[in-house]
Amino acid sequence: MSTASTANEYRPSLARGLWALTYRELKKWLKDPIMLVMFVLQPLIWMGLLGKSMNIGGLFSANNINLPPQIQIPGNVILYPSGLQGVVLNGTMLAQMFADMGSSIMQNTFGVTDYFSFMAVGMVSMIVMTTTMFSGMSIVWDRRLGFLDKVISTPVSRAAIIFAKILNGTFRAMFQATVILALAYLLGLQLSSSFTLLNLLGVYAAIFLLGVGLSAVFIAFSIRSTRMERPMQFISLITMPLMFASNTFFPTRLMPDWMQAIANVNPLTYLTDAIRRLTILPLDTSALIWDFTYLGLFAAVLATIGIVLAWRYLTR
Amino acid sequence: MTEEVIKAENLTKVFNKSLVAVDHISFSVKEGEIFGFLGPNGAGKTTTINMLITVLKPTEGTASLLGYDIVKQANEVRKVIGVVPQEYTADEDLTGYENVMLCADLYGIPRDIAKKRALELLELVELTEFKDKRVETYSGGMRRRLELACGLINRPKVLFLDEPTLGLDVQTRAATWEYIRRLKKEYGMTLFMTTHYLEEADALCDRIAIIDHGKIIVTGSPSELKDSLGGDIITIAIKENADVTNIIKSVENVKDVRNENGTYRIKAENGEATAPLIIEALRKRGYTVTRLSLTEPTLNEVYLEYTGRAIRDMEESKESFIAHRITLRRARGG
Repeated sequence: MSTASTANEYRPSLARGLWALTYRELKKWLKDPIMLVMFVLQPLIWMGLLGKSMNIGGLFSANNINLPPQIQIPGNVILYPSGLQGVVLNGTMLAQMFADMGSSIMQNTFGVTDYFSFMAVGMVSMIVMTTTMFSGMSIVWDRRLGFLDKVISTPVSRAAIIFAKILNGTFRAMFQATVILALAYLLGLQLSSSFTLLNLLGVYAAIFLLGVGLSAVFIAFSIRSTRMERPMQFISLITMPLMFASNTFFPTRLMPDWMQAIANVNPLTYLTDAIRRLTILPLDTSALIWDFTYLGLFAAVLATIGIVLAWRYLTR
Repeated sequence: MTEEVIKAENLTKVFNKSLVAVDHISFSVKEGEIFGFLGPNGAGKTTTINMLITVLKPTEGTASLLGYDIVKQANEVRKVIGVVPQEYTADEDLTGYENVMLCADLYGIPRDIAKKRALELLELVELTEFKDKRVETYSGGMRRRLELACGLINRPKVLFLDEPTLGLDVQTRAATWEYIRRLKKEYGMTLFMTTHYLEEADALCDRIAIIDHGKIIVTGSPSELKDSLGGDIITIAIKENADVTNIIKSVENVKDVRNENGTYRIKAENGEATAPLIIEALRKRGYTVTRLSLTEPTLNEVYLEYTGRAIRDMEESKESFIAHRITLRRARGG
């Protein structure tokens, strides 16, 4: 007679479970705005203090070069034409010449003449990296608090459990990146003339790809852990090297060979490059295609590995 | 009709290749009964539940639920069971209603049915008033009731309750027992529960398996287990420092004597008549009885008989368990 014996033939769909679990995460996250601010704070400090203080462009400004109006050049340093008693140079003109050369060096090195714009975009990559890492690790909490076990005991698709975590990390990263970009713009980020709002879609696509790849790795890494310490240590161990051995702060071209080799496989380099090309640099389609190909491969390969591992170890 | 709803054969779980949590246990649970696993913490109760609800894979042996293999047909098993875990697994940042709806989504219950049912269940566990409050603000009893509502959202045929009243006050515990009885009576649900409260097992369970060190020691209904002790328990102490086991044994109707540090635990039929005989026998040999108590067997005696351990040993680990949970919650909040 019992109702219990009739009503169990529900079909738990992947989409439904995925949405429910992702929605849970997003709701949790919106109810904890302090964490959001905390995450934005670090790159903001880097950007605001380091980005603004390391005024590399300013090194070459006419003000900084500051030559006297007249510069005496004695005859003995002049090789040609020989026998000249000496010349007097116009200091202001010379300073301007140096400044122009400096600009050109900046342009050749960073692609833009202000360092702040260059490194602010690097900070977007940084926040994408840290956000995805930390949210991947939230699976440790779910395991510790028994939530994960409860979810495993329901017929929801195993893929939904993993993908919900990946999407959560990725969405967070996209949101945080938006905040950082907006702040950078307010602080004086100079957009290139080829920038349109459509480029923002490209920025999000690039962030999405890196976010998926990195989240998957970190979920796989922490899926068996019941303690937070190990993944935390791992993160603090790898974030700095990943950031420095990439184009986040400085172009890879001027790095020593061994470091360039690391930077050239570091996915952060490709994300930063893609975002720079879409915001502050003039459009270069072929370079962008290469960036996106790399990021796409990175996401596909790592997400596959991550999901296979996670799947395997979800049930102990 | 007494169909076997759960059937476990040689179910075994070994952690890290050395820690044997569950050691070749076999049992079966009949349709519509409340089956209890009774044992101290660390006995393997939760590990057994986790295997049955497909969260852990057995190292050896197997079990089936309504004929579905828990490993090979795990997804079929998941559809027909409900789980009320030991921990409070509801999401603290969501409201009670949102939590129940989340569970409904995980089972793929159509939204309109789910909404109606969620409200019904919240009514059943008396949380209607608080359904739109965040779980963070709930008391322990409310959280436990919310877990129950979540566990029932898919109208399970078998409901698993892991220590359903752990850490609850007396009143809330009584209320929880009432819910459990109603589930059995009104829905004909089969319930599998673990507990380390003897009175809980006695009050609720149709059958009990006493489990210790990963092994089932004895299975039976509470009254069967009590009867198996073969009568009443007489406890006496004597003034003299001597072993009088043999004297007591010689008294008629005495079945067993155990000397526990100068206190004798005597199993005897018809205890009320036998106790005076024992005193008499001891007095004749010049011993003075200083204390005597007579108890009809309770599960407490059964437990002591089969595991050789008193409940007090378990209480301590319960405290440490709760302390652990508090630490966890703090860690999360901070």
